[in-house]
Amino acid sequence: MTLLFYLAGAIAIIATFAVIVQTNIVHALLYLILSLLAVAVIFYVLGAPFAAVLEAIVYAGAILVLFLFVIMMLNLGQHTRDQEKGWLTGRVFLAPGVMSALLLGQLLNVLSQVDQDMAVTRVGVMEVSALLFGPYVLAVELASILLLAGLVSAYHLAKR
Amino acid sequence: METIPVEHGFILAGILFCLGLIGVLTRRNVVFVLMSLEIMLNASGLAFIVAAARWGHAEGQVMFLMILTLAAAEVAVGLGLIIQMFRRFQTVDINVLSDMKG
Repeated sequence: MTLLFYLAGAIAIIATFAVIVQTNIVHALLYLILSLLAVAVIFYVLGAPFAAVLEAIVYAGAILVLFLFVIMMLNLGQHTRDQEKGWLTGRVFLAPGVMSALLLGQLLNVLSQVDQDMAVTRVGVMEVSALLFGPYVLAVELASILLLAGLVSAYHLAKR
Repeated sequence: METIPVEHGFILAGILFCLGLIGVLTRRNVVFVLMSLEIMLNASGLAFIVAAARWGHAEGQVMFLMILTLAAAEVAVGLGLIIQMFRRFQTVDINVLSDMKG
């Protein structure tokens, strides 16, 4: 299980890196799906099967299919790919890369003081649902209102 | 029972977040920017799951569920905006939005 964690982590990092340097948008989307599925495997290893299943269904399934539909609707073609190649020189990565590396360095510095092992305990659907429909029921209702607002505004924005 | 060092999980979440941040800062194609935002949201969800695994609680998974809902709503609105932008400007270059008026 520990080996699976590091393997899936390496796949997630490599696939995410491939997303941000890709010029072909459909290839980037496929790499993003790979990255999300690797993260789903990590969730499973960390003892959260419910989150793993939701990650695969909602993220890799629903959200990325939405992206795919929009890319099909836009029908970008070769022109955008050439434009993308012109924009994506090594120079543009310099400043954001340095700033993100600084941020990551600070994070690593903080995390290096943490030294604890987690014994993986499986927290199944039952415990999560008991919380969702117990103390957090108001949050669930608010989330449904948020989704409704998202639905209405997406319909309104995409309308001619 | 095998154990995984908790900081490795957080480091993974941090690396994924920083990669998403680089994507948001470098790309000019607005669809890529939205995808990088998804990567960042996903990384924060991973951090919550790692914390939930550390203390063996279910609250982290509840929080992940909320992040998932937020990501779904955000993507729906963002893609609607992208469609509208493409109709108006015939491009996905985010720089054309810098000279909008009113």
